[in-house]
Amino acid sequence: MEEKKSSQISERRRFLIQMAQNVAIAGVGGLLWSAYVDEAKAAPLILRPPGARREDEFISLCIKCGLCVEACPYDTLLLAKPGDNLPTGTPYFIPRDIPCYMCEDIPCVPPCPTGALNEDSVMSIKDGEKVFDITKMRMGVAIVDMKSCIAYWGIQCDACYRACPILDKAIYLEYRKNERTGKHAFLLPVVDPDHCTGCGLCEHACVTEKAAIRVLPREVALGEVGKHYVKGWDKSDEARLKGSAGIETTTTERSKKSAIESLNEGIDFE
Amino acid sequence: MSSLIYKHRFLILRRISQITILLLYIGANLWGWKILQGNLSSSSLFETVPLADPYALLQIFSTGAIVAMDVLVGAVIVTIFYMVFGGRAFCSYVCPVNMVTDLANWIRRRYQFDKAEKKWWASRNIRYWVMGLSFILSFALGTAAFEIVSPVSMTHRGLVFGMGFGWAAIVTIFLFDLFVLKNGWCGHICPLGGFYSLIGRFSLFRVKHNQPNCTLCMKCKDVCPEKEVLFMIGKRSMSVNMGECTLCGRCVEVCDDDALNFSIRDFVKKGEDYEVEQS
Repeated sequence: MEEKKSSQISERRRFLIQMAQNVAIAGVGGLLWSAYVDEAKAAPLILRPPGARREDEFISLCIKCGLCVEACPYDTLLLAKPGDNLPTGTPYFIPRDIPCYMCEDIPCVPPCPTGALNEDSVMSIKDGEKVFDITKMRMGVAIVDMKSCIAYWGIQCDACYRACPILDKAIYLEYRKNERTGKHAFLLPVVDPDHCTGCGLCEHACVTEKAAIRVLPREVALGEVGKHYVKGWDKSDEARLKGSAGIETTTTERSKKSAIESLNEGIDFE
Repeated sequence: MSSLIYKHRFLILRRISQITILLLYIGANLWGWKILQGNLSSSSLFETVPLADPYALLQIFSTGAIVAMDVLVGAVIVTIFYMVFGGRAFCSYVCPVNMVTDLANWIRRRYQFDKAEKKWWASRNIRYWVMGLSFILSFALGTAAFEIVSPVSMTHRGLVFGMGFGWAAIVTIFLFDLFVLKNGWCGHICPLGGFYSLIGRFSLFRVKHNQPNCTLCMKCKDVCPEKEVLFMIGKRSMSVNMGECTLCGRCVEVCDDDALNFSIRDFVKKGEDYEVEQS
């Protein structure tokens, strides 16, 4: 009897069903797990340490060891904790609390064991030798809120401008006449994203209750023109057109003559 | 007193090892000690020797990322170390979660949970499924999938860099091990432990059972966190060869009959020799 009972289900079926069960359980777990991870790794507004690669590359490379955090002499860098709503264990900084002081020897980048912080991106060649150049880092870009910046009210404040380590390049002051009083000038801080490193010293220095100048990740704050706009007045930019297809002057039946001739053709003006 | 210490000699050694390693990491972050910096995911020893978690590195590989040399060297060093000295020695001599799960286990034994609790059965192979899944998810999501949820790294990182809500992970594991499943985390689910089980498959140091001395008191099986590795107790003299053995030495300590001891794995002797020995 015993034998007959067990033979009702073949070994093959037993194996298949149990395997399917295992795979299904793994699938359920995997889906839940991946849903969580996908949410947990998304942090579009996070500011990464100097030399950090693009966020998607960074998040795959960072091993969460905190060596960059330990190397930072100003305690600027933090490791995200559970509850910070940031990818746990990855380094970031809050410029309003402690900005990056742009150490010339960049102690935070070389300890990175995986290359999530890319040394080459913060180096330039000087006298044929590679040397650290902190001005090359691009952690973010400062954005001014015109409405809450008191300089735009006409009050003289150049706190951010003075705080900027690349003053007159990354932040410069634009002068404009104050039409309201008729005899004063606006001294308006303007950020040049080509030079701004995103160190956040300006945000740290800003005098308003909530900073009127704030650092945002470059992918969030900056636009992109696209390839098809060319600065015709800029020789090096126009060189991009060289050799590209479709820019030779083509001649069709109509364009043989000048435009006006073509437009006026066939009209009897008499 | 001295017998109490003797009866817990490996436990004391393990706690000293776990706490020392933890202190070195904490000291590096808080007071700038340059001995062991970073955390268990990746660290640097004396600012020169890189060390890295090979399992975390494999997950990073799964994302398709190309890593720098440091972490590769570090992972190779760690892998070789545990290959030789016993893979899951990591679990019992380094991992901070071990202290949490050991506490849960101690309370279980102390209050005889076994006699009263509702029992769940779970396969001890879950960890290998979780491990496989972690590689697939790392590939699909572009980030080391277990590292982002790992209560092990969360606990260790929390102790070194600040806990945040990380304590919730510790409490969860504690309650799970205490009330839901005996040896639930370390013995069933943790893929890091599974990974080290695989690495330590052929390691040098092993516990050895001397069958003729055994009185079948089963104290060893009571304390063992991976008791399936002790299948030979009272049956055959042989070394405990399964990679899942954490080399914690609890079985050696509790044995009153000198039937269990640490020794070097015998590579030559195979199963059949033991049969002969026994007869």
